[in-house]
Amino acid sequence: MERRAFLTIGATTAAATAGRAVASQSPTTTHRCKAMLFDCTRCIGCRACESACAEQLGLTRPASDDGLYRRPDRLSSNCASFIRAYRSDDDEEWSFVRHQCMHCLDPACASACLVNALERTPEGAVIYDESKCIGCRYCMIACPWDVPTFEYDKAVPAIRKCPFCYEHVSKGEAPRCVHVCPTGALEFGDREQLLGEARARIAREPDRYVHHIYGEHEAGGTAALYLAGVSFEKLGLPANIPTRAYPEFTKGFLNSVPLVILMWASFCTGLYWFKQRREEVVTAAHIATPEGEERQP
Amino acid sequence: MNGSLIQGPRARRMTLFNLFAAVVVTAGLVVLVIRFSLGLGATTNLTDSYPWGLWIGFDVLCGVALAAGGYTLATTVYLFGMEEYRPVLRPAILTGFLGYLFVVIALLADLGRPWRIVYPVFYSYGVTSVMFLVAWHVFLYLTCQLLEFCPAIFEWLRWRTVRQWVVRLTVAATIAGVILSTLHQSALGALFLLAPTKLHPLWYSPLLPVFFFVSSIIAGLTMVIFESSLSHRVFRHQIEEKSAASIDRITLGLGKGAAIGLYCYFFLKWIGVARGQHWDLLLTPMGFWFLLEVLGFVALPCFLFAWGCRTRNAPLIRVTALLTVIGIVLNRLNVSVIAFRWNEAERYVPHWMEFVVTAAIVTVGLLTFRWIVNRMPVLHEHPDYRGAH
Repeated sequence: MERRAFLTIGATTAAATAGRAVASQSPTTTHRCKAMLFDCTRCIGCRACESACAEQLGLTRPASDDGLYRRPDRLSSNCASFIRAYRSDDDEEWSFVRHQCMHCLDPACASACLVNALERTPEGAVIYDESKCIGCRYCMIACPWDVPTFEYDKAVPAIRKCPFCYEHVSKGEAPRCVHVCPTGALEFGDREQLLGEARARIAREPDRYVHHIYGEHEAGGTAALYLAGVSFEKLGLPANIPTRAYPEFTKGFLNSVPLVILMWASFCTGLYWFKQRREEVVTAAHIATPEGEERQP
Repeated sequence: MNGSLIQGPRARRMTLFNLFAAVVVTAGLVVLVIRFSLGLGATTNLTDSYPWGLWIGFDVLCGVALAAGGYTLATTVYLFGMEEYRPVLRPAILTGFLGYLFVVIALLADLGRPWRIVYPVFYSYGVTSVMFLVAWHVFLYLTCQLLEFCPAIFEWLRWRTVRQWVVRLTVAATIAGVILSTLHQSALGALFLLAPTKLHPLWYSPLLPVFFFVSSIIAGLTMVIFESSLSHRVFRHQIEEKSAASIDRITLGLGKGAAIGLYCYFFLKWIGVARGQHWDLLLTPMGFWFLLEVLGFVALPCFLFAWGCRTRNAPLIRVTALLTVIGIVLNRLNVSVIAFRWNEAERYVPHWMEFVVTAAIVTVGLLTFRWIVNRMPVLHEHPDYRGAH
């Protein structure tokens, strides 16, 4: 009786847990969230956004001695965003590009976090709460753009990433990088509206742009949107990102958990009863058989 | 060297193994001091591109897989009622329990803030995370395994009444253990479902959880073969004649189970390739590596196990068990380290200090195993409880 009660409680808890998991995993349809559009063709590589970002987050500005063509090739715990220049070998094409958190509509990192240290706000910012983080770095495995970075040089480390200047965005203001951009390469607004603007630009100048809005569908859609004049892959924005929202990849597994618990619990209990019964039958047969007969071969 | 292990608590202190263990454990402690004062970067080659290295790939993923003997054998004996495997049950449960315990200890070295390891259980619940499932299940399963091993502890302590009590819980603990193991063994594979662009397509598959679960059963069976053959050599004096005679029969039986498991696993792996239509990738360098894993460490041992069972060749089964264990280790390292970001220019290679910590943890695990086996009734029955299950 005790055992059955224990198993039932276990199964119910697990089912409830999984149920919640499903609820919070349903694709976020808040396309009316805030977003930012980066138009590579309008960027002049002044890196004002970098400075503003570093200042806002209290980080050192990425090294500048090497010029724009040899910049850090990825984000780090000291650098939540940076501008890089792309130049083709024959010098024919070139473009600037900005690397930062994509702020997914349904973020892989937040779905991966086992303590809810990463979370997407209704405004669209994916923010990090250091007070919960245990430092398992699963978010870094999960993020298709390698955005979360880790303080490997600290005894008490944390994850670092672009917080979409949440303290500003939550008040409806633009993040610092957008605020300081002098050419309008970075824009801030409602996601739907920015998508419309991006489509309009491609339609207006079809020769200027690659006919794709990076971030519209990647990983289920992101709040950081890109327009570019050269292929996104050359700019370091991977082309192979699935259009499925990332939490979908583990959803099937998580949903099967209650089923596995129920099936296994009943299967194993059944096996045990079967085994007990078999032993009882064997014992009963032994008792029933007179001793004299048993000795005969 | 064997002498010290055999004679138990009053053995010679200075032996080659003890000396080696002392050096490794001291070195490990020194590295851990550096790691906790200067951060992970000082002792590991982990980067933002390779956040998981040897400590997760080997200590955690392999550790959990190779500790599967506990639930595999508990199922065999308690649920299937195959009493002939009773002699290897307790060592299997002890190996399983210690395996998990040291996985958690290794994890403490790897976590950025290990003092928060209980957060997912007591403080903040990230229910959408597969890792959350792993954390809970490892925590609960450790408890189950401790319960399953408790009879041996209480026999040693001579707490008759408490033992009686705990024995009654064994079946419940076993059933809970099977459920928890199924889920977290597969969950370790499911962790990588979130990395479809980072893990090589030959290893990435929606079937990853199934691969991890099925291969954990194989790992459990082969580890029991491997561990019992070692125990029977090292702790020779503790083995009773009766079980010494039955060990070959047990080995053959476990080998048969492993052969069936490997057979299923082999075809599952190909279903994974077929599902993704990745046949063309087999003729790339990573493809050859994949073929080595699947042909050399799955198909070959499957054949050898079958052959060994037919010819009743227990030594062959033991060698094949070792081959299979190496194959499981290779698979876990492939998924987490080698085929993970296979196309990156700068690959992760573990720092020598990472190896030191791994070696130290394995050594402390072995020392603990020896300490317990020399005191508690694990390999032999306690004289007071002969035949009492």
